[in-house]
Amino acid sequence: MSFDIPALIGRSTLNRIQVLGQSTIFLVIAFIQAFLPPFRFIRLLKEIEFIGSRSILIVAVTGLFTGMVLGLQGYHTLTQFGAEALLGSAVALSIIRELGPVLCALMVTGRAGSAIAAQIGIMKITDQFPALEMMAIDPVKYVISPKIIAGIISLPLLTAVFDVIGIMGGYLVGVKLLGVNEGAYFGKMVSAVTFTDIYGGILKSLSFGLLIAWIPSYMGFMAEPTTEGVSTATTNAVVLTSLSILIVDYILTSLLL
Amino acid sequence: MIRVENLVKKYGNTVASNRLNCRFEQGKVTVILGGSGSGKSTLLRQITGLERPDSGSIYFDGMDLTLASKKKLYVKRKKMGMLFQGSALFNYLNIFENIAFPLREHTKIAESVIKTIVTMKLEMVGLRGTEKLMPSQLSGGMMKRVGLARAIVMDPKIIFYDEPTSGLDPISTGVIGKLIMDLNSKLNITSVVVSHDIKSSFRIADKIIILFYGDIIAEGSVDEIRNSEDLRVKQFINGEPEGPIPFNRTDKNYLDELLMEQE
Amino acid sequence: MYGKKTEISVGLFMILGMACLVYLSVNLGSVELFGSDAYTITARFGSIEGLEPGASVEIAGVPVGKVKQISLDEDNALVKMEIKKGTKISDDTIASIRTKGMIGDKFVKLSPGGSEDLLEDSDSLMDTESAISLEELISKYIFQK
Repeated sequence: MSFDIPALIGRSTLNRIQVLGQSTIFLVIAFIQAFLPPFRFIRLLKEIEFIGSRSILIVAVTGLFTGMVLGLQGYHTLTQFGAEALLGSAVALSIIRELGPVLCALMVTGRAGSAIAAQIGIMKITDQFPALEMMAIDPVKYVISPKIIAGIISLPLLTAVFDVIGIMGGYLVGVKLLGVNEGAYFGKMVSAVTFTDIYGGILKSLSFGLLIAWIPSYMGFMAEPTTEGVSTATTNAVVLTSLSILIVDYILTSLLL
Repeated sequence: MIRVENLVKKYGNTVASNRLNCRFEQGKVTVILGGSGSGKSTLLRQITGLERPDSGSIYFDGMDLTLASKKKLYVKRKKMGMLFQGSALFNYLNIFENIAFPLREHTKIAESVIKTIVTMKLEMVGLRGTEKLMPSQLSGGMMKRVGLARAIVMDPKIIFYDEPTSGLDPISTGVIGKLIMDLNSKLNITSVVVSHDIKSSFRIADKIIILFYGDIIAEGSVDEIRNSEDLRVKQFINGEPEGPIPFNRTDKNYLDELLMEQE
Repeated sequence: MYGKKTEISVGLFMILGMACLVYLSVNLGSVELFGSDAYTITARFGSIEGLEPGASVEIAGVPVGKVKQISLDEDNALVKMEIKKGTKISDDTIASIRTKGMIGDKFVKLSPGGSEDLLEDSDSLMDTESAISLEELISKYIFQK
């Protein structure tokens, strides 16, 4: 067998383009279906519980330690310039602009993204999608759409929780432990953080919420209908979602600045 | 009830349905028999509208399903029930919720009525008392019976069975066969069964269709099939390894292929 | 299909998330929830040298507002400032751009004059002092003839 390298590259490029197109169509259909009656409010509630409520703890702990380590690192760097009064703004800005949306999204990807891909993959290998079809229920509308809307709703809220707890973590370490002036910590923060920062953070988390529901859903939906297929889809879903979060983060940051 | 005309479906070079013509009569049990790869599952998926044929028509209640919009198809689907090979129960819902699912989605029946209906359907399949269990806690045969209860919960006019007895022990096989006949006789439900299990098919069928690589090679009552002179039919129903139906699918001559390897 | 537990946990999640969002945007992002409780004045500077929107506006070291917008107007920098309602600023107040600490932020310092006439919404300050640029000072010193 001969290896025709240009043909190989061409074929794999075409495949990738096809996957991109397919997944975009998948997203658009799921999104449109979400706004067509009948509305499945209960399904949405269930998904918000799964993606949002059950991620609170992990997001809070991540936020707390991120804030604490920022407080520690920031303090040691800033004291060298005698500028430890800026600790509050340093912690708040890095969390609100970058770490909050990104770390929160990565944690939720690990927790909920993998579960979404696995759940949908299992539904696929056990014929649950045709079963829904046969009961005259659109599987995409029933299973996928609520997940996407729930992702978009949950992530900004989770990120806000992450931000607030992160800032408190920085406060604990910076003010309570290392003795930065409390007034300076919050005063500097208030004057440094603008609405654009918060708006940017929310915009990012909205996009990440979409990615977290979309990519794993698609991977699960398109998984090979075998046990290995589902496990591969789960792994790929987490890797791909995390990478896209970082890439989209860069793009959004460059657009927002 | 269902009329299939000139149905063609191809996957690449493989012909799964080769200009099929057949009928499924109201109130009768029709069994589609065939070995693996004979195109029987594909035929079922096309009749139920899960897959679109390349060409041809399928008339269900006078409407051509191949041309129907999704909305119209969904209306017809409410008259269909289907038992999947792997039962296809929702793994995140318990038995009660699995059976109640179509009712909750399509009707606004009060909770107490739903409870009554579910209990009745569970009684029919002999599984009352399992309401609170999860599907994973049941055996394969029990899962099939729950799947059947779910398929009939909306009181369909027609039920499709995809390999209802595969992977079951002889007693469960008998139970499922009896359930299919009971539903058919008591509720006058039309049944379409896809199977490769000859013994139980002969027991339940009013009519048998035998598929062979996308072609219908025999059609008729159990006795007609049993007395068929067609060698392929004879080989299939007797389960003989030697005969006109080749065991492997390649057209190449065995000796040629062996010699080619050595070149 | 779903129980009270789902409703409660989603409800708690929404409340917590919303509370955090509100805290962030009201406390840190200074979004006014109940209409504007500030008025805007403008000042024209020769150079603002690193002043940014969001920088604080102070009188005698007390923050009284924020820089809202900076734009260019015929070679001069036009700085729009939001001042808290109730802050009295006379029309002969001098606005100057100062730096806090060595690497600190730029801010606008308002030094009130003695006039009786107070500024109102969208009025302008006449007297301004541009930012003192360290580089300019040094170069002036070095290259002075």
